[in-house]
Amino acid sequence: MNENSDFLLDMRGISKEFPGVKALDNVNFQLKEGEVHSLLGENGAGKSTLIKVLGGIYSEDSGEIYINGERVQLNSVEDSKNNGISVIHQELVLVPHMSVAENIFLGREPMRGLSVDFGKMNRETNELLKTFDLNIKATDTLGELSIANQQMVEIVKAISVDAKILVMDEPTSSISDTEVENLFTIINQLKANGVGIIYVSHKMSEIEEICDRVTVLRDGQYIDTVEVKDTSREKLVSLMVGRELDNHYTREYHGSNQRLFEVQNLSDDTLLKDISFHINEGEIIGFAGLIGAGRSELMETIFGLREFNQGKILMNGEDILVANPEEAMNHGIALVPENRKESGLFLDQDVKFNMTITVLEEFISPLKVDSKIERSIVGEYIKSLNVKTPSMDYPIVNLSGGNQQKAILGKWLATSPKLLILDEPTRGIDVGAKSEIYDIMNKLTNNGVSIIMVSSELPEIINISDRVYVMSDGEITGELARGEMTQDSIMNLATKNL
Amino acid sequence: MNNENSIGQKVSGVFKNKIGILIALIALIAFFAFLPSTSNVFLTSNNVLNILRQASTNLYVALAMTMVIILGGIDLSVGSIIALSGVITGGLVAYNGFPVYVGVIGGLVVGLVFGAFNGLVISKTTIPAFIVTLATMNIGRGLAYIYTGGAPIRIVSDEFNFIGAGYIGSIPTPVIYLIVLIIVAMYIMNRSKMGRHIYAVGGNPQAAKFSGISNAKVVFFVHVFSGLMAAISGVVLASRMFSGQPTAGEGAEMDAIAAVVVGGTSMSGGRGTIGGTIIGGLIIAVLNNGLNLMNVNSFWQLVVKGVVILVAVYVDYIRNRKGK
Repeated sequence: MNENSDFLLDMRGISKEFPGVKALDNVNFQLKEGEVHSLLGENGAGKSTLIKVLGGIYSEDSGEIYINGERVQLNSVEDSKNNGISVIHQELVLVPHMSVAENIFLGREPMRGLSVDFGKMNRETNELLKTFDLNIKATDTLGELSIANQQMVEIVKAISVDAKILVMDEPTSSISDTEVENLFTIINQLKANGVGIIYVSHKMSEIEEICDRVTVLRDGQYIDTVEVKDTSREKLVSLMVGRELDNHYTREYHGSNQRLFEVQNLSDDTLLKDISFHINEGEIIGFAGLIGAGRSELMETIFGLREFNQGKILMNGEDILVANPEEAMNHGIALVPENRKESGLFLDQDVKFNMTITVLEEFISPLKVDSKIERSIVGEYIKSLNVKTPSMDYPIVNLSGGNQQKAILGKWLATSPKLLILDEPTRGIDVGAKSEIYDIMNKLTNNGVSIIMVSSELPEIINISDRVYVMSDGEITGELARGEMTQDSIMNLATKNL
Repeated sequence: MNNENSIGQKVSGVFKNKIGILIALIALIAFFAFLPSTSNVFLTSNNVLNILRQASTNLYVALAMTMVIILGGIDLSVGSIIALSGVITGGLVAYNGFPVYVGVIGGLVVGLVFGAFNGLVISKTTIPAFIVTLATMNIGRGLAYIYTGGAPIRIVSDEFNFIGAGYIGSIPTPVIYLIVLIIVAMYIMNRSKMGRHIYAVGGNPQAAKFSGISNAKVVFFVHVFSGLMAAISGVVLASRMFSGQPTAGEGAEMDAIAAVVVGGTSMSGGRGTIGGTIIGGLIIAVLNNGLNLMNVNSFWQLVVKGVVILVAVYVDYIRNRKGK
């Protein structure tokens, strides 16, 4: 049978079921040589499962996979590699204490007699790095490189095995704009060499720029495959969520003139310099800036996770001390951190545990645990935030990213904060969950809660914030009112100190 | 395939795991109860109380070790604390002529001081618990030898002997303490804020910090508790042996870790139960007792114990792999 010879990879009718969830239901996916093909869908749509089937991590329950027209069985990671498939996972899987060359050749080191031929390894690595115009040396210790450069090493490693099919799972989630451009150059080179690339990303602008075709999945089902040049952002979003989403970003202004919280001339000895800003009751203020501008560090300082040596923090005009998060919480401050997995979730535990860890004193007294109150707290936030979970006793690790994020939000809302700090609240979550989070933010501000939102997505900053502060290299370089916010004005301020 | 049951397994994971080792315990008991060479003695009330008494001093330590291991740490100093608290109690009573209760308090204070020191260093620095408690293990053992000059301190006092060798009704005193301490440990882990904080810090220290939990306080508390439990074990053992011995509790840390691990607590932290540890401790005690009754020599007993630990950890490993 050679009817599939048009395609480098042809996955047909792939189904995969987990207890209670049909993760993939008769999904088709076809990749051509020299094509960049985006896999698009909300969290939980089945993208990761499909990639894991391709990577040999999961076995499909039914369906067929053809590579260059040949039926293949991908029962292990080994099988997958032998068939020319190379997967770059979202999380880095490199050894930090080893050199760049050792990482790239890990497990297939060139040998001379009984010892590793380091000279050859370093030479070949440097050649590879040069083709991608990377400012990294083969002998650099991996752990000392920036996260972005580590990601580049991961990509170089994946390519160095002469992969025919390269899977990139959210490759730009931790790298800066210039590095994204670098990556795209690399992708174009690979395309020219006939490599087929599966590109998973939530960022529409990237898909428009680099991808040839898009396959959309929804709830484990194949929806459609479209040419990027024949489609629009609105069309793709509607394929993903199954409905037209218009104006899902807008907000009516609700802030009052009553000043709630203020920071005056705050500095620390490492990054933050003379920071002053304020927020009114019911207001949403945005914090824009490039990675490394110090936004997250500022928020962690306000929340008592970092020390500062100058300046004041005022709540309702009163000087407050926030030596640790507990004190910040006592003053009505809550921080939903940037990295869900690292700083937000207890993955060993269930939804209930995760959502109540900040308010244990509300139902645990020295004599008893009142599980009725516990369940009603959790139930309230599961309902009001629309957390999709089979039950509150369900392991949180099995929820989708968007629902995990809502659960974390719930744990903070349970503390009834006056000031809610959201650090990249919609990173890595799908469009539907995003608009739900915006709705929640709107509702909260209606009830007088003030929200500080740190975000790297300019449309989000512009559409959601009542005012925005822009930071650059540890300083606030400007404040923009609602009418003054444009991508240009923000980017100008964000790059002012660089 | 591998992931076929992962979700279901996780939902009922904790419960299921306990069922697994509970069945293992029951099977072991049934084996010794029906084996011709042990059947006439094994299930007599004398022998059952004997097993419980043997399990008790190990379990005091293992209850706290469960918390330490859930935190992602380890406490190697407990064996030395057992020795030092035993000899200090003995010394205060036998050398200095203090009343028994002063001696007991002195012994317990030794445990609190060592635990506080461990907790302070581990929570205020980044030195791993393994290293810190390895150091205090040597310090404690050394001090016990220095204090006694290497010889046991005999304690002749009925009052003192009652503590570890007495009976209340027909129940040996160490078993009574065990019941009380189990209730305390279960209360901490299942009914208190501290328990949730222990699971949180052990599961994800950074998320715990971001949730307003003081990781340092939790680490400090758990190590103080571990020191105290080791000291209780030390006092009870000294009483049972009528003497404070500098060699007491040698390898006790390993027996405690064995009970915890056989009980299904994950060495990587964040997961585990007091209930599991109790069953784990009982499995080891039943095994020791049964093999003794069978007249298996003690060298072979070590081999069997090692195999049991390995099997238990292997099962844990399989379970973890399926979970992912």
